[in-house]
Amino acid sequence: MKKSRKSDRILLQGSEACVAGALMAGCRFYAGYPITPATEIMEQMARQLPKAGGVFIQMEDEIASLGAVIGASLAGLKGMTATSGPGFSLMQEHISFACMAEVPCVIVDVMRGGPSTGLPTLPSQGDVMQARWGAHGDHPIIVLCPSSTYEFFDLTIKAFNLSERYRSPVILLTDEVTAHTRESVILPPREELAIEERRKPTVPPEWYTPYDDRQTGVPPMPAFGEGYRYHVTGLAHDIRGYPTTRSDEVEALMGRLFSKISKDFHLLQWFDSYNTEDSVVTVIAYGSVARSALRAVREAREKGLRVGLLKLKVLWPFMRRTVMRFLESSAKVLVPETNMGQLSREVKRVNQGKSEIITLNKVDGTTFSPKEILETLEDIYP
Amino acid sequence: MREREHLIHKYLRSSKRFPHIWCSGCGIGILLGALIRAIDGSGYGKDDIVLISGIGCSGRLPTYVDFNTLHTTHGRALTFATGIKLAKPSLKVIVVMGDGDATAIGGNHFIHAARRNIGVTSIIINNQTYGMTGGQFSPTTPFGLETSASPYGNLEHPFDICGLAREAGATFVARSTVYHARLLEEAIGMALNKEGFSVVEVISHCATYFGRQTGLESPVEMMKWQRDNAVRVEKAKELPEDELREKIVIGVLVDREAPAYHEEYERLRAKCGVADNAL
Repeated sequence: MKKSRKSDRILLQGSEACVAGALMAGCRFYAGYPITPATEIMEQMARQLPKAGGVFIQMEDEIASLGAVIGASLAGLKGMTATSGPGFSLMQEHISFACMAEVPCVIVDVMRGGPSTGLPTLPSQGDVMQARWGAHGDHPIIVLCPSSTYEFFDLTIKAFNLSERYRSPVILLTDEVTAHTRESVILPPREELAIEERRKPTVPPEWYTPYDDRQTGVPPMPAFGEGYRYHVTGLAHDIRGYPTTRSDEVEALMGRLFSKISKDFHLLQWFDSYNTEDSVVTVIAYGSVARSALRAVREAREKGLRVGLLKLKVLWPFMRRTVMRFLESSAKVLVPETNMGQLSREVKRVNQGKSEIITLNKVDGTTFSPKEILETLEDIYP
Repeated sequence: MREREHLIHKYLRSSKRFPHIWCSGCGIGILLGALIRAIDGSGYGKDDIVLISGIGCSGRLPTYVDFNTLHTTHGRALTFATGIKLAKPSLKVIVVMGDGDATAIGGNHFIHAARRNIGVTSIIINNQTYGMTGGQFSPTTPFGLETSASPYGNLEHPFDICGLAREAGATFVARSTVYHARLLEEAIGMALNKEGFSVVEVISHCATYFGRQTGLESPVEMMKWQRDNAVRVEKAKELPEDELREKIVIGVLVDREAPAYHEEYERLRAKCGVADNAL
């Protein structure tokens, strides 16, 4: 896929790569509100979307931003917004709505130090659990996590694809380091990319039942104005979209919302592994921390330590099968995170005594240096 | 009567299990009738209309009618409407909200939609109470009233919704009561004809809570109150200010021309080198 012609190589910031990916994925609507360290995404969108025939609007807050994105999606456009911790908190109400009403949308959270206003310009991975459970009510969610400029581009396209395929909000959980780092990348030409489009109904409007699909679990979705007049609501609804409190109908709805994503768990095992073939200690990391971890693993190998790295690109639904495989083959697992231990809880839950889990946490506004991870590896190496 | 039946069959969703959720004697039904007649007279087809609501008694209104309908979150209906209108400007977007919905939890969205002159018709059913949750005071409840959340009297002063809309930049603002059903239909019809942000405030009654709290216990009594206290805007100009204070001024209060946001955006896009919405 990657041609190494020198002229194809460009220098891009993570945020710019995200915008490039979104536009190639067909994003034609952006609504947002300024917030550090996610503002670059909005500014790029303001510049590029009108030229691409799309719509950009700066809204009055983050609640409004995601509301507008959901509206645009119902009208047929692929849409996204980007924010950071405080704005992400405000968006939870509408993430919940998009889950219930099954409206595709992509939300970027460029994590910064928290809680509250916290450390606006400094990196963190403190929103891992908010991304999973921040929205009220039981709901499934897809959360992808890039660790480099190219991955930000690639996962943004995948986020749109998954969002359209499952009619679900998809969250791109990244951090200040990944969003602001400039790297030289070669972006693939558009024709080499797999872009998924929303499945539309094939039956005439009078035969259309908006929330009934027993084959894929994801009902086809017409845009407003295409002749399929239907009702969209955040209330629990029957297959026609009308409010219901009947337990059999609610149970069917909730069951389908979860199973439409969980049944495809094998398609959502996206990770990279380095030196794990014979690793005694495996590092499980994600986002910018995985970059420091990779360097640490390589340096440890040079010192003769059999260590490896599992870099997760999907955080939710948690890749239980994949992680389990590495837990079974490693005597110890190190989970470094720039939070007080969020994803490590999930690793421990899956572990069930298979391996020894060691956590390494940091919440001081800096990310891990390779040295810090290397020292820990040396300490814990059996 | 025949005409009315025709409209019922044309616009109400036969597939929706009636009866509706509103209390008997509620004003929202009168508004729904006026809205349907206005839409029928406007020339828009059912596929062209998007009818959006927030949360509350008014939130259920779109469920019953055969348009593209969207029941959103509390106070945020206008944000969804903004996205829909900008994504597909050919659609006629109508938002129905309550007084709490539009001016308390959604107050910020309301003034900014007006300021941007988003091409949306906002219909605000003002019954001066939170009906669905049991009669708490809202931003339009009179000062001093004892409600279920102000048992010793309301300490807050009410908003003038039309004044708010005018000052924030709406290009069309009208007020009617549900008693004045013909005026209501006309006002909505005029609002639908505007390209920019249009607002129709509908003074309605909640006999179940607000009526009980104010001593007007039946819908009939409450509608008589509307009749007796409403003053046409033309006549209001002749009345002294202190006499007007207790009155409801009805009619068209603002009607001006200004380019709507989607029209401005189209110009901006043309400037950037893209002339149409073709993707």
